[in-house]
Amino acid sequence: MIRDFTRGIWRENPIFVQVLGMCPTLAVTTKGIFGLSMGLATLFVLICSSVAVSLIRKIVPNQVRMAVFTVIIATFVTMADYFLKAKFPPISKALGPYVPLIVVNCIILGRQEAFASKNNVARSFLDALGMGVGFSLSLIILGSVREFFAYGTIFDVTILGKWYEHWVIMGLPPGAFITLGILIGLFNWVNKKITGRRQKLKSGCEKCSNCAS
Amino acid sequence: MFELRLLTIFIAACITHNFVLTYFLGICPFIGVSKKTDAAIGMGLAVTFVMTLSASVTWCIYYFLLNRFGLPFLQYAAFIIVIASLVQIVEMFIKKTSPPLYRALGIYLPLITTNCAILGLTLFMVLREYSFLEAVVYGIGAGLGFTLALVIMAGIREELEFADIPESLKGASITLIIAGMLALAFMGFGGIISS
Repeated sequence: MIRDFTRGIWRENPIFVQVLGMCPTLAVTTKGIFGLSMGLATLFVLICSSVAVSLIRKIVPNQVRMAVFTVIIATFVTMADYFLKAKFPPISKALGPYVPLIVVNCIILGRQEAFASKNNVARSFLDALGMGVGFSLSLIILGSVREFFAYGTIFDVTILGKWYEHWVIMGLPPGAFITLGILIGLFNWVNKKITGRRQKLKSGCEKCSNCAS
Repeated sequence: MFELRLLTIFIAACITHNFVLTYFLGICPFIGVSKKTDAAIGMGLAVTFVMTLSASVTWCIYYFLLNRFGLPFLQYAAFIIVIASLVQIVEMFIKKTSPPLYRALGIYLPLITTNCAILGLTLFMVLREYSFLEAVVYGIGAGLGFTLALVIMAGIREELEFADIPESLKGASITLIIAGMLALAFMGFGGIISS
């Protein structure tokens, strides 16, 4: 059960490993705060639709399941969009059409198809929570890195003083692509180090084989 | 003046505000299908076709149905259903009338439904309150811009196979970095039109 949750955060991280849901990831992460709000909106939609799909998974005929999933997702996205519009107008304005675009976020439809339509409600909930948290964390990291280089601030808190010449390109589209590319590269590198060390430990034990025999 | 406005919309959608490189719409196929130039052209044209069609159909639905009866909150659900059924109809139509084209496009056709560029196009169209003709031109321009970006990327990636890339940067990582450089290049066109 716990693995259902942790899987989304590191080993199958939707952004760094599966490279899914790229449009919102790249578009809204000009600042950390936008990354956070986008992440939370997606988390909400993901959890609600996973639970809903899991509840009705035995009633829906196989042929029309895609259409049904999409309509369920669209409903929750509309709710999230109107909530943001009513409670946080500036954030809703900054995110613009990328909130409605959560409908076609491949992470959400992917989880419904791969997990929620086959598993019970509790496991689907944990899976959605893990994936959503993993997605939000990646967005926050990406947003903070870009904000730091572009404006010298993180979450609007000034880190670098007035002397810092703003690196504007990091806040523009090219910066998004390049930052994410480098972050994915780093992620792969760290992962390789970890697995490499694990293998070394294993092989070291096999070689000496004193404890086993 | 009207023709000039149409031309501006076309160039903006196609080059200066390219869907892939400035709005990040349709990145999944951009990374997934950009390994071979032929496939990239097929995918690009299929997307252009669906974009033009869905721009005109969703325009009619939004202004004649949703707006008239005060139901704009249904637009996301309505648009996604329209796009999904359009893709289905286009698929059946091509299958009946031109089997060779159908075989050439293959799996890319159904994949278009989940392409965010198309839903994004319809949302932008409503947001900017385009007239019907403008919406159609916008659809064509955005589709051609998508094709352009996809084909350029595929060309670069074919060359990239012979390059010596660090192990951890292989795959999606290097593709994104290159996309960033492409976006930089496209930003250079920004001065063509004054908005």
